[in-house]
Amino acid sequence: MKVVAKRPRALMDKPTHYCPGCTHGITHRLVAEVIDEMDIREKTIGVAPVGCAVLAYEYFDCDFQQAAHGRAPAVATGIKRVLPENFVFTYQGDGDLASIGTAEIVHAAMRGENITTIFINNAIYGMTGGQMAPTTMIGQKTTTSPYGRDSKSAGEPIRVVEMLSTFSRAAYLARVGLFNNKEIKKAKKAIRKAFETQKAGQGFSLVELLSTCPTNWGMNPAEALDWVESNMVPYYPLGEYKTPEGGEDR
Amino acid sequence: MMKELIIAGFGGQGVMLMGQVLAGAGMFEGKEVSWLPSYGPEMRGGTANCHVIVSEERIGSPFVSSPDVVVAMNLPSMDKFAPQLKEGGLLIINSSLIDTEPERKDIRVIKIPANELAAEVGSDRAANMVALGAIIEKVKIVEVDSIIESLKENLPERHHKLIPLNEEALKRGMEAARD
Amino acid sequence: MADKILMKGNEAIAEAGIKAGCRFFFGYPITPQNELPAYMARRLPMEDGVFLQAESEVAAINMVYGAAGAGARVMTSSSSPGISLKQEGISYMAGSELPGVIVNIIRGGPGLGGIQPAQSDYLQATKGGGHGDYRLLVLAPQSVQEAVDLTMEAFDLADKYRNPVMILGDGMIGQMMEPVEFPGETSPEELPKKEWATVGNEGRKANIINSLSLQAEKLEELNLRLQKKYKQMQEEEVRVETTKTEDAEYVIVAFGSMARIALSAVERAREEGIKVGLIRPISLFPYPEQVVGKVAEQAKFMLTVEMNCGQMLEDVRLAVNGRCPVYFYGRTGGVVPTSQEIYEKLMELVRGEK
Repeated sequence: MKVVAKRPRALMDKPTHYCPGCTHGITHRLVAEVIDEMDIREKTIGVAPVGCAVLAYEYFDCDFQQAAHGRAPAVATGIKRVLPENFVFTYQGDGDLASIGTAEIVHAAMRGENITTIFINNAIYGMTGGQMAPTTMIGQKTTTSPYGRDSKSAGEPIRVVEMLSTFSRAAYLARVGLFNNKEIKKAKKAIRKAFETQKAGQGFSLVELLSTCPTNWGMNPAEALDWVESNMVPYYPLGEYKTPEGGEDR
Repeated sequence: MMKELIIAGFGGQGVMLMGQVLAGAGMFEGKEVSWLPSYGPEMRGGTANCHVIVSEERIGSPFVSSPDVVVAMNLPSMDKFAPQLKEGGLLIINSSLIDTEPERKDIRVIKIPANELAAEVGSDRAANMVALGAIIEKVKIVEVDSIIESLKENLPERHHKLIPLNEEALKRGMEAARD
Repeated sequence: MADKILMKGNEAIAEAGIKAGCRFFFGYPITPQNELPAYMARRLPMEDGVFLQAESEVAAINMVYGAAGAGARVMTSSSSPGISLKQEGISYMAGSELPGVIVNIIRGGPGLGGIQPAQSDYLQATKGGGHGDYRLLVLAPQSVQEAVDLTMEAFDLADKYRNPVMILGDGMIGQMMEPVEFPGETSPEELPKKEWATVGNEGRKANIINSLSLQAEKLEELNLRLQKKYKQMQEEEVRVETTKTEDAEYVIVAFGSMARIALSAVERAREEGIKVGLIRPISLFPYPEQVVGKVAEQAKFMLTVEMNCGQMLEDVRLAVNGRCPVYFYGRTGGVVPTSQEIYEKLMELVRGEK
């Protein structure tokens, strides 16, 4: 009998707490597959955020530190400076990274901190129950933007990858979308590249994954995938924004 | 024996260094010493001062509130610190920059033209060392050799060529205080 | 005398950290502690260490968290407003049981306050400071030499208890120069390995550094374990100095630089035949409540002197527990009480007793 699919070694044999249709599970798997393929599990230290992925340390089978809200890049900096030969990654949502932790991510990128950030952009706060995120779309209804996000008072969604692209020491920056199989394959390639960038000591790497939150969006999983493609992708263009070799591919 | 001093002047006159050299000299002689600077934005362009204590016994407060000696390198320093002097305390005035008389009559005053004397030995930037010479001549808390030793410790290597000049300035200050 | 050097408190604390085997420092500028990070920026590269100026105090303490979790001896320093910003991270460190040394060179508050010496962060330092039921081990030096000794010890204590330790100084301790000598040196290689640290899980189960427990019972377990540690600290780590308390009828209680100023007042009163003594708590948590309580049995009153509006006063009253009256004298906002003022306050109270 041939094994065609199995749980990556870097994941625990444990059901997750994520909602049905949520793409966190896919992203966990992609990261774990990359860790397996690069054979770096025993050298990897993850940093969990505050947000839906707060329990990431329960699912990944590698050393982990749980960070305060938004502070994962600072925690990762501390770890990486002590253990420059190890792999350090943060796993952060949009509220964590682009709101309360804006200073930390910007400065980690500016320093070219040799870490990898997995950035989940699902345009909403999930764990706290569907509040407006800095990446919430204009007109999108959330519990704290009940009439739709109004740019006059709430500004326009932050494009994180574009913002970080101005830093010369941010070596690898890409945005991918998890709305179909083809794009999921691309997402894995981007995550692999990000970790390879770290392995080569080339500086800061980040992959932004356009993700779903069917529960708080009030959609079924299929509708949510469509919404990513039709509403988020036009505002958040996919592609590699920076690569260590230079050049862009979008 | 415990002597408490406040040394004050413009930022850039070297009053901090003067205090450090004095404290260092005391340390070389095995005495108890402390040096406490004024700090913060007032330092930049304003007046700077430091509190120095040289003592045979353990030092209590490093903060000097009623000094035995005040060295005023400029007028604002005299106005500010002369009133704090102990009765019978010593006020050393840099007469190169201060031409008014202190109001208090219950203190001893000596006037040292520190900038002029320093210029005579080669650089008016050594005015602080002239004043330091006057201190050790009048107060006898440390030996001049200890001051020179301490100066070597406190000056960066690249400035060591200035030590003979500073030594000369010290001696001029001592002589001026003797007259 | 030859091996003594004249050093600023801030710089001496930094060197003491390095001598204790600390090779990682994360900080952010704030007066009056700036000489400490600047010294680290100069010295740590010589020791193959890391100095990093963080984007904020918030980031700095979280870098400390990460480095401590990765098993390193690590340090940060700040002054009052910056320490307030660090409270979140300190609470997380206490909750995740991470060692680390935090230096607070206190300036006057509240708010932006001033930059002159104060002791107005006593309650913040000793009662937890951030959210949750935790304590720091808090040590308050009164001289530059003691700042060196306590800083070196702080790293051992932090590792022993897996708990953050705070060195509580003030602008005077940080800025003043005094002769110091360094009692020895530990290299990071000599330190015992930390089996709990996240360094990669080669051949073992994953290590998790974490303060999250969604199950109430689990979180209670953590809290009970922390309380047990604090109790052990109370049994093993109390540090206190008493001067002339054996026959004292009146007792001054003061800590840090305030205590040395108070001692001058005590000595002067003694010269006049007044039986006064001084208790100087060196560990502010754990507090030397037994010593204070015992001396209170013979005292006609105690006088607490602080550079604040009466913070340690609460601990003195708890320790005295009604055995004698407890009075207070303080100046605040950066005003340093003189020994003359303390002496006058003391004599006024003594006259009131007679």
